[in-house]
Amino acid sequence: MSAALTPEGTRTVLDGAEIARALTRVAHEIVERTKGGADIVLLGIPTRGVYLAQRIAERIRGIEGLEVPVGSLDITLYRDDLRRTPARALLPTTIPAGGIDDKIVVLVDDVLFSGRTIRAALDAMNDVGRPRAVQLAVLVDRGHRELPIRPDYVGKNIPTSKAEKVHVHVAEHDSQDAVVISGDSGIGEQP
Amino acid sequence: MNRHLLSAADLDRDNALLVLDTATQLAALTDRAVKKLPTLRGRTVVNLFFEDSTRTRISFEAAAKRLSADVINFAAKGSSVSKGESLKDTALTLEAMGADAVVIRHSASGAAHRLAHSGWIGGSVINAGDGTHEHPTQALLDAYTMRHHLAGGTGDLSGRRVTIVGDVLHSRVARSNVLLLTTLGAEVTLVAPPTLLPVGVEQWPCETTYDLDSVLATTDAIMMLRVNRERMNAQYFPSAREYSRRYGLDVKRMNQLPEHSIVMHPGPMNRGVEIANDVADSARSVIVEQVTNGVNVRMAVLYLLLGGAQLGAGSELDTPDPAAAVLTEATR
Repeated sequence: MSAALTPEGTRTVLDGAEIARALTRVAHEIVERTKGGADIVLLGIPTRGVYLAQRIAERIRGIEGLEVPVGSLDITLYRDDLRRTPARALLPTTIPAGGIDDKIVVLVDDVLFSGRTIRAALDAMNDVGRPRAVQLAVLVDRGHRELPIRPDYVGKNIPTSKAEKVHVHVAEHDSQDAVVISGDSGIGEQP
Repeated sequence: MNRHLLSAADLDRDNALLVLDTATQLAALTDRAVKKLPTLRGRTVVNLFFEDSTRTRISFEAAAKRLSADVINFAAKGSSVSKGESLKDTALTLEAMGADAVVIRHSASGAAHRLAHSGWIGGSVINAGDGTHEHPTQALLDAYTMRHHLAGGTGDLSGRRVTIVGDVLHSRVARSNVLLLTTLGAEVTLVAPPTLLPVGVEQWPCETTYDLDSVLATTDAIMMLRVNRERMNAQYFPSAREYSRRYGLDVKRMNQLPEHSIVMHPGPMNRGVEIANDVADSARSVIVEQVTNGVNVRMAVLYLLLGGAQLGAGSELDTPDPAAAVLTEATR
């Protein structure tokens, strides 16, 4: 049982070791699916997707001895809900020197929910170049898709209610690794 | 951010840094082949220029277009203004056309403020220069340029020494820069002949001196102001030659500046009057770069004012939509 009750109303569903194992498996799957990982570029979606992409790249280096280019892709200017909130601060976009043309781009994000972030990322990528293929890796798939988007690599499927919030903490940004669920667990939903 | 940008004093330190940081991220995006972002699709930006301008108008137009906004350029020459139409009627016309933002340049100080607070229009107002009062986006692009060269492109400008030289009296650029640069922690010194310093300058948050040579050695950035001949209705100095000798930046003076310092000018330059040819074209001059940075800074301002939800003056994020409140009232 990994579900430990931490602060009031929150529970930890993945701890640091489980996140590490999930990322190792995802790295192996990426290498396998892309037949060795040549030609791939990892693009993390800020903030936490970038750290996850860097960790996956480290693991691919460990497996194949291959330097995988890692970049970040901010999607703020491509969001479909911009007009619902005050203007957001922008986050860095850095595209690796080799570009993404004719590469296999693996988008990396922390949580897959409605799919709208990934739609925005596909639009943003369109303005950067034309990859040969685009794949999607996420640490947590929590369901409730609102667009026809599916992940290629999933760290863990976590069924949630829509009222809950899933927070991914990474050591580089939040001082520890953990996936935490907070909020109402909903009626009739498996917690 | 407020709904309007009328004065550099509207920006506190956090908001000023937000504009500069946003511009930094946008600069990275505009390096690539497709210089277009979908962010302001379906929004209309009107450039309302009652006064001649090349770089500011083109800069705002490029910024709005890169964010996919529709741009309407309105120049007073060749419009109904030359038939005597008032600012109010022009504004009402623009409002009827559905302008989401109005970028206004006017020869009267306070014109942008009047437009923003009159209730004539519902959109955002951006001051692109009003008389001898303010030009906040110029100050932002100057601060951006200084931060890039003197502070590694991040954080504020604390401890940097900026010298602004020339026609302070007629300069909206000087006033906006003094306000913004002080907010960002820089120390500003104004250098001008006594006749070209405005009344009350001793209350500005800066130093003043009449002697350019005394401050050169401690200057990180020197900004040469244009001699505003079109605003001068009296004799402010004996001759252009004498002005140039005492307050112009020539190579000899440039060589007294510290190694790392930069030379700026808001343009258009009077070459040979406030700045020598060789200085304007030297490696220390960042004048052309200022123009490039202007587009990024104006994109940042347009994005921050128009990119998010349009909040009415004084309304807050968590205030429920009044229309929705009425609806629930009715269904109850």
